[in-house]
Amino acid sequence: MLHPRTSGKRRRFRKQPRSSHGGLQRGPCLILVTVDTTELSLPSCIESVAAAAAAVAEFMSRSLIGEDAAFGIDMAVREAVTNAVIHGNKQDEAKTVDLTLKSSPDAVEIIVHDQGAGFNPTEVPDPTKEENILKTSGRGIFFMRSFMDEVSWLIRPEGGTTVRMLKRR
Amino acid sequence: MAELNITERQAGDVTVLDMSGKITIGEGSVALRTAIRRLLEEGKKRILLNLAGVGYIDSSGIGELVSSYTAIGKDGGQLKLLNLTQKLQDLLTITKLLTVFDVYESEAEALNSYK
Repeated sequence: MLHPRTSGKRRRFRKQPRSSHGGLQRGPCLILVTVDTTELSLPSCIESVAAAAAAVAEFMSRSLIGEDAAFGIDMAVREAVTNAVIHGNKQDEAKTVDLTLKSSPDAVEIIVHDQGAGFNPTEVPDPTKEENILKTSGRGIFFMRSFMDEVSWLIRPEGGTTVRMLKRR
Repeated sequence: MAELNITERQAGDVTVLDMSGKITIGEGSVALRTAIRRLLEEGKKRILLNLAGVGYIDSSGIGELVSSYTAIGKDGGQLKLLNLTQKLQDLLTITKLLTVFDVYESEAEALNSYK
């Protein structure tokens, strides 16, 4: 279980945990918590979605986010981390998903970074088009765009995709 | 505690699944898929999902509802939804799935609709 400390200063207080034999442990690693920021490094497994959601809940409670905005932020983070784990890192546990949550008086900013090959967001089909309505997947990015005020992707040529989402207060 | 709890009961020839918890990627979606597959294997094709206790669903959970709807329909059955929370109703509205699913607020009305 995570026990985030809060502090007015940015302070890295814990590195990726290692098991007794030196290998990386399976589980979320809390890298940084300040009053305004939470940074988390997650293994590329489905369980990381719930771990991210738990960190987001704690962050939103600390950041005094309203109920409606909190629902949307929670949904957007779950979908972004799910995409990073499944489509980005393809559940390769040698790769991590990095989640950053930042709160300011004007907005909440969320950054999710994976180590995958990237994709073209403009090529993702619209799930509300008639021919896609009965598809069993493909709604994650639609929810992210629906619930956040800004969503943008940075795909790095050397690999790795960063999605940045903003919810204004 | 399981992410999604499913209790089965029979109302005439309609199987009602009372669900509570979350239908999200992983355990929740798998629990719903497993329950629907089992009912179809048992020949139970008239299925009503009572979602009153489902406080959260993600895109994977919505996908699983669509998958269940399609699988039951292909088998000659009917899947209907009962007691959507406001949040779930909102999600089905923006995804235009509210026009696909048969949705009820009254169990009696839902059960009658199968006749």
